[in-house]
Amino acid sequence: MLDLPKGSLSGQAHVLIIIATIATALIIFRLVRARQLRSKYALLWAVVGVTLLALAAFPGVLNTVSDWLDVSYSPTIFLLLAVGFLFLIVIHFSWELSRLENRTRTLAEEIALLKAQLELDGHAGSTSMTGNID
Amino acid sequence: MPRTLIIIPALNEEASLAATLKELRDVPIDHDVLVVDDGSTDGTAEVARKAGALSAELPFTLGVGGAVRTGLNYADRRGYGRAVVVDADGQHDPADTPALLEALDRGADVAIGSRFAAGTDDYPVGRVRRQAMRFLALILRVLTGERYSDVTSGFRAFDRPAIELLARQYPVEYLADTVEALLIVRYSGLRVDEIPVRMRPRAGGMASARRSKLIINYIRLIIGILGSASRRARLRKEK
Repeated sequence: MLDLPKGSLSGQAHVLIIIATIATALIIFRLVRARQLRSKYALLWAVVGVTLLALAAFPGVLNTVSDWLDVSYSPTIFLLLAVGFLFLIVIHFSWELSRLENRTRTLAEEIALLKAQLELDGHAGSTSMTGNID
Repeated sequence: MPRTLIIIPALNEEASLAATLKELRDVPIDHDVLVVDDGSTDGTAEVARKAGALSAELPFTLGVGGAVRTGLNYADRRGYGRAVVVDADGQHDPADTPALLEALDRGADVAIGSRFAAGTDDYPVGRVRRQAMRFLALILRVLTGERYSDVTSGFRAFDRPAIELLARQYPVEYLADTVEALLIVRYSGLRVDEIPVRMRPRAGGMASARRSKLIINYIRLIIGILGSASRRARLRKEK
């Protein structure tokens, strides 16, 4: 291992990474096909998948970038970018989750008010799930 | 006279709700009663219906803030001129309702029933809780420039402008609802008065917070308050 040039991969690691990346791409593809992933996320993860695949196929790119930025240990660049990217994604999801919860709340309130309205209009029997006891 | 809606947020309160509703019948002011069932798994909604109260059933639990907002929305849409929020667990004495409404007659937009205002007996609360309440009162004093003795009291009356404002903006975060609502109405330039009331020990149901959770909730609340305060600073700038 020690005589490998800087930043290059052993043959096994290279194959392993390529296989893992292709598997990830396939999972994304299947989720999109089954319409379980909104297309905006599909696009996002597809870009991530392609980037990973490119890096796995040509690890030299990372070396070029790190030389250019004067970074002595090239995987650092990759980890830095990966952590930064994941951090942004998680913040985005927190925001989206809060927004969805707000919408769910508003819908729940709306349902309660509509049900109350229906009951007032005298359709209690058909809207009450608990059934009439009186 | 404007029509008055009494809003009772209730989560699994079948044990105490009937008594509260019965007491409300003796309130000498013409009013409708709306029980907002906050996703109860017991017979809360049935108790409300049997007692002839209006009921709005939330499909799942939103917390007190969500239930109160639902009630205020109801009041807003049905054109009620006044709304009073009363706890289902018997803590609030419905006999104090007229006193809160009189405060609205005197020009207040929101009247808060306070356990600690001058002229009330010592209300028994735990030490941690009491300290936390004092701290909150202090924060509110800094932020609003006014002294409120009981900022977490949920026993409140609202006039029409306050109903319209809070039907849209009532805060739904846990525990934040009472304190943040106070900030929101003050920031909108509405008048808030405190009325001394006696509160009773809970008649039934579960206390809404365990002590271990209380501290974390207070921290969350303070973050929420700071959020409201900074939003207000931004609004001022835009003006």
